[in-house]
Amino acid sequence: MLITLLNIFILLIAPFLMIGVIKKTKAFWAGRKGVSIFQPLWDCIRLMKKTSVYSKTTSWVFRVAPLIGFVSVLFASLFVPLANGEAVINLQFSFIIFAYVLGLGKFFALISALDTGSSFEGMGASREACFSTIVEPAFFIALASISALSQNYTFESFKYILSEAGIYGYLLIALMGVTLFIMLLIEGCRVPVDDPNTHLELTMIHEVMILDNSGIDLGIITWTAAIKMFLFEALIANLLIPLGLPIISTIALFLTIITILSIIVGTVESAIARFRMTHIFEFIFIMSLTALLILALVTYRLYGN
Amino acid sequence: MNWIITENNNRINTNDIPTISLDEIKLDFCKLNLRLLAFFGKQEYDNVRLFVVLSDDKNGKLYITSTLFDKNVKEYESFTQCYSQFHNFEREFYEEFKIKPLNHPWLKPLRKNQDKYSFFEMRGDEVHQVAVGPIHAGVIEPGHFRFMCHGEKVYDLEIMLGYQHRGVEDVLLKGSSRFNNRLMESVCGDSVIAYNMAYSQNMETLSDTKIPIRSEIIRRIALEMERIAVHIGDMGAIAGDIAYQMGASIFGVTRTLVINTMLEITGSRFGRGLIDVGGVNFDIDEALSSKIVEMLEGVAKTVDRTTKVMLNSPTVISRLERTGVVSTETAKALGAVGMAARASGVDIDSRFDLNDKWYTSLNLVKPFKATGDVYSRFKLRYKEIKQSMKIVKALLTKLSETKGDIKIEPNLKLSENSFVISVIEGWRGEVVHISLTGANGELLRYKIKDPSFNNWYMLAMAVRNNGISDFPLCNKSFNLSYCGNDL
Repeated sequence: MLITLLNIFILLIAPFLMIGVIKKTKAFWAGRKGVSIFQPLWDCIRLMKKTSVYSKTTSWVFRVAPLIGFVSVLFASLFVPLANGEAVINLQFSFIIFAYVLGLGKFFALISALDTGSSFEGMGASREACFSTIVEPAFFIALASISALSQNYTFESFKYILSEAGIYGYLLIALMGVTLFIMLLIEGCRVPVDDPNTHLELTMIHEVMILDNSGIDLGIITWTAAIKMFLFEALIANLLIPLGLPIISTIALFLTIITILSIIVGTVESAIARFRMTHIFEFIFIMSLTALLILALVTYRLYGN
Repeated sequence: MNWIITENNNRINTNDIPTISLDEIKLDFCKLNLRLLAFFGKQEYDNVRLFVVLSDDKNGKLYITSTLFDKNVKEYESFTQCYSQFHNFEREFYEEFKIKPLNHPWLKPLRKNQDKYSFFEMRGDEVHQVAVGPIHAGVIEPGHFRFMCHGEKVYDLEIMLGYQHRGVEDVLLKGSSRFNNRLMESVCGDSVIAYNMAYSQNMETLSDTKIPIRSEIIRRIALEMERIAVHIGDMGAIAGDIAYQMGASIFGVTRTLVINTMLEITGSRFGRGLIDVGGVNFDIDEALSSKIVEMLEGVAKTVDRTTKVMLNSPTVISRLERTGVVSTETAKALGAVGMAARASGVDIDSRFDLNDKWYTSLNLVKPFKATGDVYSRFKLRYKEIKQSMKIVKALLTKLSETKGDIKIEPNLKLSENSFVISVIEGWRGEVVHISLTGANGELLRYKIKDPSFNNWYMLAMAVRNNGISDFPLCNKSFNLSYCGNDL
């Protein structure tokens, strides 16, 4: 019971701290003091207290989209093993449900952006949809391969790779790590794919889609985005936590890995410039490449010799 | 003689300016092959006199002539259809005097009547329009941008300005001249020194005031400091636009050091209140001088290091190179000026071209780059910062060798029937101020031309065939003035 409560707490609050750590890291590299790591949480609470303003051109889609997005992310999180190393629902092929439940949230975000009739938001929606299209096959190739190896078609298959001793295990973890990290940058809208801090509407991807949202809607959207990014960090953490550790160590290890990942994201953001829009595709194709390598490795492992 | 030939800051008698026909001007413009510096009208009773000023950048001469429009003449064949340099000037002339340039390809409102503006439109299945502004996401000035896009690619950008039109030129003619220096500092807030210096030089030439040598040097030191500060700020802004955090924060901090030193000299970070007609209000003593040198050395080190790290970063280079290219031919045809023109390989810099002895005596080479992309504008800023630092140091040495006053009481009586052009190379480009006086020495016309007036169209050309997401970067690399254009 205690563990479940802790899990819920981590799922709902830790994402803000994760964003806070990223901001703190960026501030550190820029030589600034930076805001407190709780600031994203306070910001969200502040937004939650406000009422939303709706433009006359928008319809019901615009009003329900933030909630659908939020619910879809929460639903998807049921399939991801969190701090205690176990998912709430252990359904076979859950990674397919995971991807498409998130997809549903994204679909509503897209049509809600189009619903505003703003040319900026239309551009943002088209960019977001375009990147997702390329990400999807890579994600499935990688996940299906890993699952085939462990004969377990859930995210818990991740844990079996580490026990898959020897060079294969480590290689697979490295490749999977890269794949998921790129996906984290794309889905989390971080530099070099997107710039969460920019004020330039013409260059935005995710931020421009929510330009018309305000108040509590905006609060829910920022919360959703943080949780979504957190889920991808949790997936990477799952790769690295071995089976059979005591529950306390698992939780500690999980939180440490999340923190380190956030620091890495912040450092990447500080070290490189954002890619030109046309070069982002090349970056995403790295993910397809690693996914194919995973497929090749697994195929060799299963059917080689 | 069809033209009277003069120099920068030189008073000539208005009656000496020839009056020739438009056809002759057109013919001569083709024959002389010079750059258009100013093109403006002046009401003379019922008639309108049109002045044309050309700049011979190689020899440091200015060519002036005029033509008279009878009150019944309400149209003429436009120059723009042959020479695109005239484009904005003719729009301005039409707006002020309602004399229509026939066959002008782009005769749209420039500063007034923006509600009658008709945008160029593209039609097609996948073509879409993006309208940006006049209120922007950042804290910048108002201006409207209309993009015609095909997917992410920009086919055409149309820029509609005029939101900042305040009638500066008219205000100058009214009221007391006592506050004009302060007024000039607010025409274009990022070029305080350049504007005020151009105005003061103009008035001093008109009133035959010979200002002390010390003040001449201090003015130029301030002008170069302004250039250094704005260029560093712009480099930071370019880094910020490509989400390169390190550059944005370090350049931001470094710029503050420069403007804080300006604060120590003048009491204002942007140099407001420094220059008055007759000299300058604040002296730079030995202690301050060594402080400036020390500051510049520190800044130089930081700028060197940061620029090096930035330009060694592949992700930065990939964003800057081949983005927003303006070819030398295009820049020349549009009559581009200043830093942006030099980045496109047009070798003009009025500090050196128009023989400002304080600059030409330093034996410097004008830095310029030829590729015309964002990278070249970034790199050129870096080079200009380095050069300006050299100039400031050299001028400080010269300052220490001089003694005396920094200000004299100016002669309030302006010469009668006079025409004076003052050109100052601000950080953005040449700031041109022209004044005309009447028979009693009263100011009849004051004309200001900001470098942005020439260069806005350059931005529109730079964005063509680029991704729309690169527009903010292109825009920042020019960093043009809205209020300087709108006046």
